[in-house]
Amino acid sequence: MELFLDTFFNLEILREVMPLLLEGLRLTLVLTAVIIPLAALAGLLIAALQSLNNRFLNFVLVGYIDFLRSIPPLVLLIFIYNALPFLGLRLGNFEAVVLALVLNGSSFFGEIFRAGIESVPAGQREAARSSGLNAPQALIHVIIPQGARNVLPDLVTNILELTKQTSLASVVALQELLRSAQIAQGLLFNPTPLVAAALMYFILLWPLVRIISRMQREVVVIK
Amino acid sequence: MEQILNYYFNLEVIARYLPDLLKGLLITVEMAVLIILLGVPLGLLLAVVRTYRIRPLNWLIVFLVDFFRAIPLLVIVVLTYFALPYAGIVMSSFTATVVALTLVLAAFAEEIFWAGITAIDKGQWEAARSTGLNRTQAIFVVILPQAIQIAIPPLTNRTIAITKGTSLGSVIAVQEILSVATSAQSLAANPSPLTMGAILYLILFFPFVRFTRWLERRYGSWRSV
Repeated sequence: MELFLDTFFNLEILREVMPLLLEGLRLTLVLTAVIIPLAALAGLLIAALQSLNNRFLNFVLVGYIDFLRSIPPLVLLIFIYNALPFLGLRLGNFEAVVLALVLNGSSFFGEIFRAGIESVPAGQREAARSSGLNAPQALIHVIIPQGARNVLPDLVTNILELTKQTSLASVVALQELLRSAQIAQGLLFNPTPLVAAALMYFILLWPLVRIISRMQREVVVIK
Repeated sequence: MEQILNYYFNLEVIARYLPDLLKGLLITVEMAVLIILLGVPLGLLLAVVRTYRIRPLNWLIVFLVDFFRAIPLLVIVVLTYFALPYAGIVMSSFTATVVALTLVLAAFAEEIFWAGITAIDKGQWEAARSTGLNRTQAIFVVILPQAIQIAIPPLTNRTIAITKGTSLGSVIAVQEILSVATSAQSLAANPSPLTMGAILYLILFFPFVRFTRWLERRYGSWRSV
């Protein structure tokens, strides 16, 4: 047991690498704070455009969404980071990660918001329009607030997934939490930093996981 | 335009590396099939065990499921491959990726099956028990067939997301599509293998993504778990 703790939870090593890990955690949080609002806004825009029911536009948007849902986010990131420079489009690793995850996240947010908008009864739109709101106003003030509430568990799920995906940034040498832990592990030949990083993710994201489970239970009860 | 074709769809480069890429595709498919065949039944088993409401066991299941849902896939892959050897558990990179993704898929599947089971009306349980079925019979004959039907759409979505995670194997040098494409790209000094890799992923996953749309039309909108 002592050997186990010494290997996987070595307090001395933990003290030594904590500043590095916290620095990594900070970058993970910065990435999350940049990516999630952008992806959510892009997704909302996609869903709003889909609600116009323009055939050609919807064909394009569904193609965009299904394309991005079929490509693993890491493949998208590597393509943006390694392949785009050949066209002279050289992004830094931070920008590449943001672009890849915003593109990926926007497709999932788009689907969720679309389902939300479609869940609002047509009478709501008609009532909003007949009260003098124009179509965009009806969408923004009446449809989206109700629709978003109907798909709240899915929205939180996607926020969780996107936050977890920021760990992909470690692959393009961006020193977020996972990358920091890998560097520390390589220097010290001890897995404690990796275990500590996993625990930090767990502490950060466990509340979200619990909230999602609880919201789903409520949904089931309402049904 | 010619430049774009030359860089991203260079037929000569693609022809040179296509055999390697197809080998990578095979490994990706092998991993995906293993993960689904192991992860989904394991998740179902955990959900069934949970219906017996043995307190300490349920706490353990919920904790493990939460653990694997909260921690990024890549962190679990890296932990499995780089940290477990310190405990004497050494796996090939292929096995490590399959094990890591199987555990994560099992966790999400458990959650989805459990949501399906709790969605079944209580009267179904009572009716099943009153016809003389015991608890286990009631679960397998009456509850599960209905719960699984509820679970299929969200489970399909989640399975796609996690099998796409086989690309994370590239980080620990599994020779799957992404790994092969990246090394071919640096050898050829041309990104066409990456384009080709992306196309292979499209061929592999696009039908399933379309299938989820069909499921949604057929069974109506659902909540992903």
